[in-house]
Amino acid sequence: MTRLSQSFPADRAALVAFVTGGDPTPADTGTILDALVEGGADIIELGMPFTDPMADGPSIQEANIRSLNAGTKTADILTIATEFRERHPNTPLVLMGYANPMTIRGPEWFADACVAAGVDGVICVDIPVEEDDSLGDALRAKEVAVIRLATPTTDAKRLPSILNNASGFLYYVSVAGITGLQQAAQASIEEAVARLKAGTDLPVAVGFGVRTPEQAADISRVADGVVVGSAIVEIIGKYGKDAGPHVRDYVKSLSDAIRSAR
Amino acid sequence: MWTESPPFAKRCAIMTKTTNSPNSYRNQPDERGHFGEFGGRYVAETLMPLILDLEKHYRAAQSDPAFAEEFDDLLANYVGRPSPLYYAEGLTEEVRKDAPEGKGAQIWFKRDELNHTGAHKINNCIGQILLAKRMGKTRIIAETGAGQHGVATATVCARFGFPCTIFMGATDIERQKPNIFRMRLLGAEVVPVTSGSATLKDAMNEALRHWVAHVHDTFYIIGTAAGPHPYPELVRDFQSVIGKEARAQMLERIDRLPDLLVAAIGGGSNAIGLFHPFLDDPEVKMLGVEAAGHGLDKEHAASLAGGGPGILHGNKTYLLQDEDGQIDEAHSISAGLDYPGIGPEHSWLKESGRVDYDSVTDIEALDAFQLLCRTEGIIPALEPSHAIAAVTREAVKMDREQIILANLCGRGDKDIFTVAEALGTEI
Repeated sequence: MTRLSQSFPADRAALVAFVTGGDPTPADTGTILDALVEGGADIIELGMPFTDPMADGPSIQEANIRSLNAGTKTADILTIATEFRERHPNTPLVLMGYANPMTIRGPEWFADACVAAGVDGVICVDIPVEEDDSLGDALRAKEVAVIRLATPTTDAKRLPSILNNASGFLYYVSVAGITGLQQAAQASIEEAVARLKAGTDLPVAVGFGVRTPEQAADISRVADGVVVGSAIVEIIGKYGKDAGPHVRDYVKSLSDAIRSAR
Repeated sequence: MWTESPPFAKRCAIMTKTTNSPNSYRNQPDERGHFGEFGGRYVAETLMPLILDLEKHYRAAQSDPAFAEEFDDLLANYVGRPSPLYYAEGLTEEVRKDAPEGKGAQIWFKRDELNHTGAHKINNCIGQILLAKRMGKTRIIAETGAGQHGVATATVCARFGFPCTIFMGATDIERQKPNIFRMRLLGAEVVPVTSGSATLKDAMNEALRHWVAHVHDTFYIIGTAAGPHPYPELVRDFQSVIGKEARAQMLERIDRLPDLLVAAIGGGSNAIGLFHPFLDDPEVKMLGVEAAGHGLDKEHAASLAGGGPGILHGNKTYLLQDEDGQIDEAHSISAGLDYPGIGPEHSWLKESGRVDYDSVTDIEALDAFQLLCRTEGIIPALEPSHAIAAVTREAVKMDREQIILANLCGRGDKDIFTVAEALGTEI
């Protein structure tokens, strides 16, 4: 939790970078995560692969398939996180994924595994607040952040229930849709972030459809964090095992844009 | 000749009352959409407001006599309900030939294959399209496996003037070509889904992805009693017309209830529709029949027999999955049963012990398919062929005066190509 709260600097937005764990193979993910950090990512989102990624667009779907076809197991994801924590004691890492792989052995098992692997927070796509007891209680009991998602369909009446018991940061999904396809209009992002920040002291990070340094810079002027996923995953899809330097250069272009935005 | 089932509003009042006796099996789900530990609303935040809104509109519809009236009128005059209750004398006699002395139960069928569009799927589609209209939605999406739900959805969309998009696995499109043509004739757009195993579960993933990007104007007509709350409940309620009619018809015809109900289960909508109105009749036993595919030790689609509890497609239920919670690919010769999950109420009914579940292989289903053709002059779909195989298995163990009622939930015209191929015949 401390690592997460310290990772949002006061003078600029944080860069949150997503990759799917085990893509293209579990052995390659460590190098790719290092490239994210070298490129200037402040927070790492490590995706747990799932056979049925219902909220993801084609790019991340393909990454899930590449990872699973390479034989990635939950144990591999936890090993990747553990080794990352040894190499990068100060960079927060959150696991992002779907309910079934996270809860199949029971929520307490997963919470313990997160603690043992040095995971700072969890984003579960398909556990809304209505089903929070399926996972949230166990994570909070072990002080693992429960990072909630707000979307364009989350209205003012619903927002307080999402903010209640949220921790780490608030992830604003800026488009009603799946990952990687459309991008939201800057005006709608500004309006939404203002609305969210009025309701919480948590940092607000904005994602879905962010691809260019210019977009990242625009969002970083109004939000506490910028999340980029599909665009990085596509580089891994293109270069495979050799993606490291390409990922680093791309992430650096985002990071530089964010650092000079304010 | 047959007693009409009670009107929809009254049925709903029975099903949703919260003051049922503690021993009732008919008061599920709870207000969070949970059937015991199963069910629930495991969806992305973008969809949550929408399914809460759907629930609100469904509750309003349940207490609106005009909704019930329109639903009942369409079932009677468009679908052709009530469907007949039929004593299958030919099959009964055939089964008795192999039965021990005094054994060989009477076999009765609920003839839901005689519905408009040829399966039970239309009952639910009528209910959901009326909800879509009520909610002011302007377009419809659906997933389909065998194509029966796709055809039923395309049918009601044509009838009510809604643009319709059907997501269907590319593998299923290959083995259900006649239904693709039917859907297109009815004006629907059929979108092939190539992700994953390119079957029903992947079609459902793609429909959910599409829905999340079109929440404001789109209604998703889910075809089985699964998915996020309130879908399992409302699909069950719409399909319960099957069991309500059957119960009244049995009492009218022979003044007693059946000893055993049998229905095939993919997601489980025809089975829950038949079973639910009988759940509080303790003398009536029930058997749900899953698809054992090539065998339970090989590729199959029997989530209860060969799976464990997990979360997929908006609900917690029994799933075919590995130890990491990755979903396994299902297999059944019947595209309509080829799904690695099952409706959450069945998971609950299994754990509560009220309903028994068994499974039938591809080969057993094919034998039953041919048996019914020969003994009754009825070509069943491959889905109820699984139920018929289980019926013949059970009938020889039961006394001659006992009664089995099975749901003949679909007709077999769509399956003749698959069956011909399996039998090594060219058409």
